[in-house]
Amino acid sequence: MLKLQEIDLFYGAIQALRSISFHVQPGEIVSLIGANGAGKSSILNAISAIHPISSGEILFENHSINKLPPFRLVEMGLSQVPEGRRVFSKMSVLENLEMGAFTRNDSLEIQKDMEMVFAHFPRLKERKKQLAGTLSGGEQQMLAMGRAIMSRPKLLMMDEPSMGLSPLLVQEIFDIISEINQDGITILLVEQNAQMALSLAHRAYVLETGRIIKSGTGQALMQDEDVRKAYLGG
Amino acid sequence: MSLFLNQLINGLHVGSIYALIALGYTMVYGIVKLINFAHGDIIMVGAYTAVIALATLGWSAPFALLAAIVICVLFGVLIERIAYKPLRSSPRISSLITAIGVSMLLQNAALIIFGAQPQPFPTIVNIAPIRFNSIQISFITLLTVSVSIILMVTLQGFISSSKAGKAMRAASEDYTTAQLMGINVNTTITLTFAIGCALAGIGSFLFCMAYPAVSPTMGSLPGLKAFIAAVLGGIGIIPGAMLGGFVMGVAESLTKAYISTTMSDAVVYGILIIVLLAKPTGLLGKTTSEKV
Repeated sequence: MLKLQEIDLFYGAIQALRSISFHVQPGEIVSLIGANGAGKSSILNAISAIHPISSGEILFENHSINKLPPFRLVEMGLSQVPEGRRVFSKMSVLENLEMGAFTRNDSLEIQKDMEMVFAHFPRLKERKKQLAGTLSGGEQQMLAMGRAIMSRPKLLMMDEPSMGLSPLLVQEIFDIISEINQDGITILLVEQNAQMALSLAHRAYVLETGRIIKSGTGQALMQDEDVRKAYLGG
Repeated sequence: MSLFLNQLINGLHVGSIYALIALGYTMVYGIVKLINFAHGDIIMVGAYTAVIALATLGWSAPFALLAAIVICVLFGVLIERIAYKPLRSSPRISSLITAIGVSMLLQNAALIIFGAQPQPFPTIVNIAPIRFNSIQISFITLLTVSVSIILMVTLQGFISSSKAGKAMRAASEDYTTAQLMGINVNTTITLTFAIGCALAGIGSFLFCMAYPAVSPTMGSLPGLKAFIAAVLGGIGIIPGAMLGGFVMGVAESLTKAYISTTMSDAVVYGILIIVLLAKPTGLLGKTTSEKV
């Protein structure tokens, strides 16, 4: 479904990604784990065309998407939940969800999907008229996820959904990610919480200073000696 | 009392023009974080267009107004494409300097084409002022204030409920995330410049009806005051620009009547300084602390 081939990405003179290659199959949950600054978010921003890559190729459903502007990618079914949620804080919960459906014109279907989002996240329904900036961190994460689902993505990319949330909420968010995946949405998950990310993922890649150093099934990586030492606390 | 009311009405008249122009500054700033110093000169572009349409081509006022709007929008969109878009990811100071450059370019181009001699703006309406006892309201004042209010209410409705308006709000709050929603920010920015310049075109026509002298630098002062109105109300905030415009107009007019005509600008700038000292984000600006 998604294939990256030898992607290099620079921020000025600093190379953030070095020859990154990996792929995501339809229906999978794939996790990218790694420390701060390993390049996890850079990969998502390269795929979303927020930051240009300097070499390599990105294929989505066998089409090269390197040269496409970000809005075209959303139309094609690629959606991202950005790091730090980035909800539109001066807009209401409802308006945030409408923005998620920006590329769509089927208002009846949009209504249905909104009900579906409210079914996943009942707390958003209670607060639909409220400004998004007044929501708690967990609620904002739910809104950011709901907003991304509103575009009817084929592939949903999530950047650190557990950041800054209590363990209970992290569990809830990960349960919902699993539900979304069972609804048929493929998921590419970037996480520092390696424990959660690996237990949820079908497959995962380990990043270190801009390179992929290991890959395998979530289970296999959880057993891996180096991964246990570096990311799972022994 | 009647002097006060008459001056208040004058203030609302000039204030509504400032407000219309201020909207262009504030909307553009909201989305691309650029003080578009060439915006004032769009007034001049609109004024010359109207003069040519009315005096040279002999068009009727509605068509001349339409021509002014179209040409202003065209100029605004072209300036954005040619001068600002290539600098969008450069440091903000680069585009700011470019904006000043575009302003000088427009003024000097007009100087070469039309000369420095101010040209008279033809009288369009000749309707006697309306009187209530000692208060008199000229038709132009009534027209200007009501047109401005209608435009502002329409704009506010557009921004708050249309899809394109919501996209503008989203892009002005978080440019990158707006792109992740599938919003074509280039289209949104073009639309923002177009709306701002259309309002400036209408503002320029109304301005010329009150001050019928068209010259290459005529846009500088109203442009500067409208910019100050935008900052006074809270730059980037649309109702702020409207409020700022009216506050500026009324303050200016009352100062002229009660204090001194030569002091009016000083008083207006003084108000700006005091407001910004007390409330650095402007009258309607909020210092938001958000949960992350």
